[in-house]
Amino acid sequence: MKKFNKFLSVAVASAMVMAMAGCGNTDNGSAATGTNAATESAAASDSAASGSVFKIGGIGPTTGGAAVYGLAVQHGAEIAVEEINAAGGINGYQVEFKFQDDEADAEKSVNAYNALKDWGAQIIDGSTTSGACIAVTDKTKEDNMFQITPSGSAVECVQYDNNFRVCFSDPNQGLASAQYIGENGLAEKIAVIYDSSDVYSSGIYEKFAKEAENQPFEIVAAEAFTADNKTDFSVQLQKAKDAGADMVFLPIYYQESALILTQAAAMGYAPKWFSCDGMDGILGGVDNFDVSLTEGVMLLTPFAADATDDLTQSFVTKYKEKYGETPNQFAADSYDAIYVIKAAIEKSGVTPDMSVSDICDGMKAAMTEITVDGLTGNGMTWTADGEANKAPKAVVIENGAYKAM
Amino acid sequence: MKKLSNKKMNKTFRDNLITYGMVIAAYVIMQILVSAGAVSSLIQGLLVPLCTYAILAVSLNLTVGILGELSLGHAGFMCIGAFTSAFFSKVMENTALPSGLRFFCALLIGALFAGIFGLLIGIPVLRLKGDYLAIVTLAFGEIIKNLVNILFVGLDENGFHISFTNTMDLNMSEDGQVIIKGAQGITGTPHDSNFTIGIVLLLVTLFIVLNLIHSRDGRAIMAIRDNTIAAESVGIHITKYKLMAFSISAALAGVAGVLYAHNLSTLTALPKNFGYNMSIMILVFVVLGGIGNIRGSIIASVILTLLPELLRGLNDYRMLIYSIVLIVMMLFNWAPKCIEWREKVAARFKSKKSVKKEAE
Repeated sequence: MKKFNKFLSVAVASAMVMAMAGCGNTDNGSAATGTNAATESAAASDSAASGSVFKIGGIGPTTGGAAVYGLAVQHGAEIAVEEINAAGGINGYQVEFKFQDDEADAEKSVNAYNALKDWGAQIIDGSTTSGACIAVTDKTKEDNMFQITPSGSAVECVQYDNNFRVCFSDPNQGLASAQYIGENGLAEKIAVIYDSSDVYSSGIYEKFAKEAENQPFEIVAAEAFTADNKTDFSVQLQKAKDAGADMVFLPIYYQESALILTQAAAMGYAPKWFSCDGMDGILGGVDNFDVSLTEGVMLLTPFAADATDDLTQSFVTKYKEKYGETPNQFAADSYDAIYVIKAAIEKSGVTPDMSVSDICDGMKAAMTEITVDGLTGNGMTWTADGEANKAPKAVVIENGAYKAM
Repeated sequence: MKKLSNKKMNKTFRDNLITYGMVIAAYVIMQILVSAGAVSSLIQGLLVPLCTYAILAVSLNLTVGILGELSLGHAGFMCIGAFTSAFFSKVMENTALPSGLRFFCALLIGALFAGIFGLLIGIPVLRLKGDYLAIVTLAFGEIIKNLVNILFVGLDENGFHISFTNTMDLNMSEDGQVIIKGAQGITGTPHDSNFTIGIVLLLVTLFIVLNLIHSRDGRAIMAIRDNTIAAESVGIHITKYKLMAFSISAALAGVAGVLYAHNLSTLTALPKNFGYNMSIMILVFVVLGGIGNIRGSIIASVILTLLPELLRGLNDYRMLIYSIVLIVMMLFNWAPKCIEWREKVAARFKSKKSVKKEAE
């Protein structure tokens, strides 16, 4: 028995090494078959030969707690890719898109990036979440691969010259929110409830608090919660109420916002509410939530699913048809990211047979010259530091729909 | 009598040699394949994490398998090692310290701090037994994770500033640098880990753990595991040996944390990487590999880390398959019926062999 055990362990060890080596060899083959399943749209075109398609890789969480965001990014990009391919591709080249799961984890995100590299990705649309995105920027920098993140909003997500983003950065949102409230004289005493364990939320809050010193309002309470206790907000709300806040600023996601609104209503506290793009999705994104509570909530968001312009209408219709749900801001950002990639490729004239590094250099230069009209903003332009220039739109919820302020 | 002990020595020696040889062989083969360009970037990127998880599994096996105490806070020690070392590297990044020496110091710091915390936690906690110990270590891991999430540390010409609320409270001068940014953790840790360092650290870990097990101290630790009262009655200092095993295990987890932190440019304490999910993940490596079986821990950690990555072709079904494989492996290794069946097969295997030998 002992002998057998030893034999077994040696056999397993050698098998393991062989498996590691074997997958190295066969990975290209299996990855190629995987692609077909991932993007039926691209596989439909007869562009299997390398050098005649642009391969765009997407990264985001499609499993786990943050899957909502990753799936939105995946679906948004898939719709854009489909449209582009149907319209004849980019400069006549078809586009292939493949999305890899990163579980919103930095280490897994790097793995996902490496898997995409093995597949032959030339351009990266990702990562979806900030922490994961920062880890991937390091790798794309090493390989000099063009990377545009639809939703990585931390400052460091665009730390290198090959990184760009579609969404606002966290400090930008905090700054814009504070300025908007100050300029329009919306409130005098403000309470903030934010998620201190979340990069997005604490990033916005910090800049908001800094800018508040220059604005004619005062922050009377700043209450934090963490990802581990985000179901009961009565303490935070009571403190805000006791401090006499006439407005509560919520730089958080809509799931928690829904709970806060419900609990505030239950305790008879009715301040004005102001929020950022994380609030987008509250109309219809939460089960068992009384949407009438959102009446009068103000938010800064670049995307509203019920806007009436043709682009938004057609995107929302397609999205609903294909995935059976209303797209959120992440989907819109990702959709725009693909069109930004298209614009940059067209401007620079790069072709799929060029090396990854050459494509990146060409697109990098083109990024500062292009102007894109997308779902999340008209006339978006980029600076070399990777930030998008677009005006934040303030909307107020009236009769269960967004209305421009 | 002498012959017998000699034979026994040889057996453990041979056993250890197989473990070391397995790691070295894997290293040599991978190096050859990498230089031949036969390894995909996915696998290349996984080499350092594989070493990290193998070290974690081996170190936890010391607590669970050898000391016989169930610890669910191993990720907490890893977190301490990761953050202290990344903090050190980040502070020292722009000084004259060469990167090799800096990483070596970071390793020592990570291991030291994790070890100290292991000792501090161990003193009150190791008086508890069984479930209670599991609960306390679980809480400890969560506390560490949450503390790191609200910790802000900045550095300017006046020295360090520490706050538990936000960066504004640090009161830093204009050109100061915020090193630990609460939930955002540490970004821009230098890339000092590589496969070679990972393997060397794994070998060092193995050396420490295997030598401890086969030493006088190790036998004392195992005696405590098998029967505390009997061990105490023959004069074994229970607290001392328990603390020894626990803090060494914590320090080695800290080493894994250092390796982890210096492999990625961003370090955040999420439930995913330093929460109890991770602690349980490490425990799964240990249980699957065989409690007390060091070699098994390495093999299990490698297989279970590789599996979800190699199943990427299956898209979202991979986690489903992964969990099924987990259950099947657990049954195969531990279900009594399965062990019976395996023994039967092994016996047939053996008898065939012996028949053959006789025929010859």
